[in-house]
Amino acid sequence: MMTDLNKALIELCLRIADNSLIHAQRISDWTGHGPILEEDIAMSNVALDLIGQSRGYYTYAAQIEGNGKTEDVYAFHRGEREFRNKLMVEQPDNKDFGFTMMKLFLNGCFDYLMFRDLMKSTDETISGLAAKSIKEVTYHVRHAGDWVVRLGDGTTESHQRIQNSLNELWPFTNELFEQDDIDTLLINNGIAFDKESVRSEWTKMVNEILTKATLTIPENIMYFHTGGLKGVHTEHFGFLLAEMQYLPRTYPDAVW
Amino acid sequence: MVVLEVSEIWNLLNSIPDPEVPAISIVELGVVRDVRLFESNVEVDITPTYSGCPALKNMEEQIRAKLLLAGLTPQIKTIYKPAWTTDWMSDETKEKLRAYGIAPPEKLSFENLHPFANIDKGPVQCPFCSSSDTSITSRFGSTACKALHFCNACCQPFEQFKCH
Repeated sequence: MMTDLNKALIELCLRIADNSLIHAQRISDWTGHGPILEEDIAMSNVALDLIGQSRGYYTYAAQIEGNGKTEDVYAFHRGEREFRNKLMVEQPDNKDFGFTMMKLFLNGCFDYLMFRDLMKSTDETISGLAAKSIKEVTYHVRHAGDWVVRLGDGTTESHQRIQNSLNELWPFTNELFEQDDIDTLLINNGIAFDKESVRSEWTKMVNEILTKATLTIPENIMYFHTGGLKGVHTEHFGFLLAEMQYLPRTYPDAVW
Repeated sequence: MVVLEVSEIWNLLNSIPDPEVPAISIVELGVVRDVRLFESNVEVDITPTYSGCPALKNMEEQIRAKLLLAGLTPQIKTIYKPAWTTDWMSDETKEKLRAYGIAPPEKLSFENLHPFANIDKGPVQCPFCSSSDTSITSRFGSTACKALHFCNACCQPFEQFKCH
């Protein structure tokens, strides 16, 4: 019989892994379609890092479950309602490079702080994976932050377009800090950390770059999106999964 | 049956080149972390350079093949802690990279660990003509571990092994 703590640990792994995997799937849409060759390569590299990170967490979740499950089962054989990623990362980029960079920046700043705290986790594997992931995330945030400044403080058109991206993505930012009973259990055991406690630091990081970029955080948001923790997704998610899971579901015996 | 020493196994593994940067071995790269020998069973710990490094699988297969050929039964484990860093490369290894045409990584500093610190400040020395009159073309390159630079002195593009 699995303990509540182990169940919570699996959930923690899936929340981190799903977020990185789905984010990577979106970013990899740019492979072969980047606005310039260097960015095409950059985004493929970023996606690869994120997929690699998700594999580490899926593998650990599978190990705790211990019933022969593999990382592929989590990635390819679960349905929409079982994915725990945040709604922000599943949003389609519609070939708007600035939108992709803004998303990578807003989510990346949070991931940076989350991994920094998880490095202090009492769980050895969680802290090890965090120490590995944070280096890559630092590099991504730096890259995305530079583009946010360059586009925001660029031409009238680039400024307007990335401001629109910020306006569109901002209502998804509250979800970054959401937590539930599972988090409480993990926090009490020193495995995870209070997400609410990094909110002010996140705001400071984000403000630093947005100010440089001459961008304005939208005010009077009527509604902040929520649902990822419970597996309730936006309409775009089903289409993303259909594409991502097509091959292993159509050819279940296919091997790498 | 030939009985090998642990140090001989390290030597064997040191003969496996990095599949993406063949100028250095997977031991010099810092991917092989530990070797434990129990008669003819050998356990090898490896760690990925980058989480998504596609070459890791290939390295694992090469290690397995090499040890099987030596009459050993290998068991290879991927570990994540401590996280791989370019600081594990010796000066000798860095010199091999330079001679191969890849600017070696500098020593890890505080700036590398904070997202908004300016890491592109100091120019990277050109591995071909040693000039410091170079500029970064792209922070990402042909593999996860490299960035692209350009030397204004000898007008050559070159790769740098990123400090990580």
